[in-house]
Amino acid sequence: MSAPRMTINGVPVEFSPGQTILEAAQSAGVSIPTLCHYPDTRPTGACRVCVVELEGARSLVPACATYSAPGQVVHTDTERVDAARRMVLELMLASGNHNCLICEAGGDCELQALAYRYQIDPPAFGKPPGTTYYYEDNNSMIIRDFSRCIQCARCVKACTDRQVNLAIAVGYRGAETTIVAAGDQPYIDSECVFCGECVQACPTGALLDKHARFLGRVWERQKVRSTCPYCGVGCQIDLQVKEGRIIQVTGADAVPNRGRLCVKGRFGWHFVHHPERLKTPLIKENGSLRKADWEEALNLVATRFAELKDREGPDKIGGWCSARITNEENYLMQKFMRAVLGTNHVDHCARL
Amino acid sequence: MKPLGPCESVPTAQMRQEVCDSLQALISRHRGRIGALLPTLQDAQRILGHIPLEMQQVIAAELKLSGSQVFGAMSFYSMLAWQPRGQYIIRVCGSPCCHLNGAAALLELLQEELGVPLGGTTADRLFTLETSACLGACEVSPAMQVNEVVYGRLTPGRVREVLSDYRAGQGPDYRDLPYSTCDFREFRRAPGESLLLENVGLIDPLNLEDYLKRGGYTALEKALTSMTPEAVIEEVKLSGLRGRGGAGFPTGLKWSFTRPLPASPKYVVCNADEGEPGTVKDRYLMEGDPHKVLEGLIIAAYAVGAAHGFIYCRGEYYLSRHRLQHAIDQARERGFLGKRLLGTDFSCTVELRSGAGSYVCGEETALIESLEGKRGFPRLKPPFPGVVGVQGQPTVVNNVETLANLPAIINRGGAWYREIGTPDTPGAKIFQVMGQVRTPQVLEAPTGMTLGDLIQVYGGGVRPGRTLKMIQTGGASGSLVTRAALKTPLDFGSLEAAGGALGSGTMLVMDDSTCVVDFLRCVAAFFAHESCGQCTPCREGAAWILEVFTRLSRGEGREGDLDFLLRLADTLKDASLCPLGQSAPVPLLSAIKHFRPEIEAHLKDKTCPAGVCRFD
Repeated sequence: MSAPRMTINGVPVEFSPGQTILEAAQSAGVSIPTLCHYPDTRPTGACRVCVVELEGARSLVPACATYSAPGQVVHTDTERVDAARRMVLELMLASGNHNCLICEAGGDCELQALAYRYQIDPPAFGKPPGTTYYYEDNNSMIIRDFSRCIQCARCVKACTDRQVNLAIAVGYRGAETTIVAAGDQPYIDSECVFCGECVQACPTGALLDKHARFLGRVWERQKVRSTCPYCGVGCQIDLQVKEGRIIQVTGADAVPNRGRLCVKGRFGWHFVHHPERLKTPLIKENGSLRKADWEEALNLVATRFAELKDREGPDKIGGWCSARITNEENYLMQKFMRAVLGTNHVDHCARL
Repeated sequence: MKPLGPCESVPTAQMRQEVCDSLQALISRHRGRIGALLPTLQDAQRILGHIPLEMQQVIAAELKLSGSQVFGAMSFYSMLAWQPRGQYIIRVCGSPCCHLNGAAALLELLQEELGVPLGGTTADRLFTLETSACLGACEVSPAMQVNEVVYGRLTPGRVREVLSDYRAGQGPDYRDLPYSTCDFREFRRAPGESLLLENVGLIDPLNLEDYLKRGGYTALEKALTSMTPEAVIEEVKLSGLRGRGGAGFPTGLKWSFTRPLPASPKYVVCNADEGEPGTVKDRYLMEGDPHKVLEGLIIAAYAVGAAHGFIYCRGEYYLSRHRLQHAIDQARERGFLGKRLLGTDFSCTVELRSGAGSYVCGEETALIESLEGKRGFPRLKPPFPGVVGVQGQPTVVNNVETLANLPAIINRGGAWYREIGTPDTPGAKIFQVMGQVRTPQVLEAPTGMTLGDLIQVYGGGVRPGRTLKMIQTGGASGSLVTRAALKTPLDFGSLEAAGGALGSGTMLVMDDSTCVVDFLRCVAAFFAHESCGQCTPCREGAAWILEVFTRLSRGEGREGDLDFLLRLADTLKDASLCPLGQSAPVPLLSAIKHFRPEIEAHLKDKTCPAGVCRFD
């Protein structure tokens, strides 16, 4: 059976059943702008940047939330579509204080990119000068600056559908619509666990990683793929590096985490450049520690293990495995305890 | 008008033991029900008059929701509060109809009398002053509601009188009132037989016997004992009945999509969220003849194969809900609801739910979200509710008046019904003539009566010394038409062809004392207040339309404002997510067509030809 077909911009296109118009267009190499669309979450079709003309429909339809159907005739780039997208972008720009000069998201902002793509001038309409917006900077990790929030609710989708924390929701209504935590309280007083998924989801500079602020623009950074050192899940992370120093950690879109991270993986990386970080083994002699190299340190440990085993017997030694190392390393650890030291006294922190 | 901002917590003294006990008791009543959150919040609010953070936390924990879900939902609804309020909540109606009849002056008077600004609570904690987007009391505008009781045809003297009654502790119990606004029998009736409102004002709505004596529940009996569900659907299809909520979709056809689906359970919902400004018809049915609505709903449930029905009634209609609940209880006792109705295999229960102050919840998918205890965010369509509705199950949503037509159709046949009214919109229809006419009123007549007759014969024409200027057709999102449309027969097709809309059957009449800019500002305020905030065009656009009309009405219009409005209107119509946003600019587009010079006078000459707008 051949794949169903539709027409996008006059070109016949095959699609797989269950694909949205956006996905079908992407497969066919047609670019449709999006803002509220966020992978691995339920589409809401709310921002209306992805609207397209679907023949037979009375109004424009959101490509991200409309399923492809055989025989559909879709136009993604007509004057009508262009006019709606431009007005939607203008409305977003007018809704807050979208001053790009010192915005952390500059160069990495999806709103800015779309304003550039559609050549949107600063709108002739806007809120009066001096309008104030909610600003939250009372925790050590996340800044919430609602002057740059466009209510796309990607943060809510990330929190609800990706992390299933349900710490934030869309609150109030109409032009007063705002993202709220429980009781419209600050994050720090809410059920938020500071995984920072919302920060990663934010297409503008409304949610910021506090540590990374003013440390480097997107074009000054190198992305270095690594594995989170905290637990055995092995989340893939992107170290954002500037001049040899990490300035931020973001979740990489790869298995097993598909971009997700927890509070430790995302915000707990400061040990890397910490002045008190241990970089060599230390040996304690006469009550004080001195630096040693690995050969000396391992020799010392091996000698002492052998002595202990001879003197006290192998069952006087126990081993404790860690969730922070890989399965393979844990396997080697128990093998070492059983085959080399000769004891079954081996346990793992995850068992408790 | 509701206070914004973070929740205040209450001193622990206020969350004393009996408060905690009543909270736990009401939670256990609602736990496990579909969408338990909204009824829980509504009941919880009665304990302290508002729902402080501590209560929200208990509700969240007990209903296994997060605190953000609780606050996200409650902050959507204008009748739920989380900050302390007075013992009596005064809600002044700011709908277009009340506005035309002097609501702004009343609001000023109330602020003066109470000594508080809008949103404020008097020092003795007796009154809190709020506004409502529309109370659904348009036939007695200007109106206000004090807790559950509606006061209409307000004058400064009457307002002072009401206040002093409450100060003296003499507010009435709404359940003892004969009706919430006025006696239907006061209105001039159209000649011919009445099918919908025939019992209203003549029977005791709390007495099932009265309804039975007038042939009540015979249609249900006929359907259940002598017709298959498919035959019921065929009969309704044959009748040509089109939905009376406003969109006019054929009722039988709607049912026929849901009936054959193998899914179980299915639901039927009576849409009693009558929020369209100028519309009060469903209230007369629910208050005056609640069993008729219920009978229609049970017939609909039988036709589509649903064993459970909901009635979602707007928050402001306390008396309607009181009587509907009474009717449900009576019907259950008499075997018209419950297991194996009238000895057949068909079982059906009906549950009454209350809205909490949101116009968009009258849109069927937003209503379903609200029934599920969430924010009233309209869903993307397709899928339509008939396939994916309440909790993902097939759900048929019908308006109150639509359901009230069913007993007559079943008893006397679809063919008979189809002969009534016009071929485009067969049957009886409840019309409402509102605004600046001598006798605003509600009446039932076959479709096809002309707009002019409705205004002249039943509305009594415009007031002495005034001339007719324009009519807003079908509700707040309807087009404006002028005298040229007076010969138009009132049905869906004819009004659409004349550039208007039948909508809910309400016609808001305005005379030459009305300024089109001032009126549009009021309509814009309504949509800005009722926009759900989900999609960008409506959330931002509705507020900008209001901003521009506010400017124009103050003589502060700017060059380019009209073009901006037209661009905004196009985007709202074409790119909004739901019918609210798509139709919000309709009145303004029709106004620009008919009254462009008057709007331009505000913009360019800074004058208001009608003398309404003040430019000081």
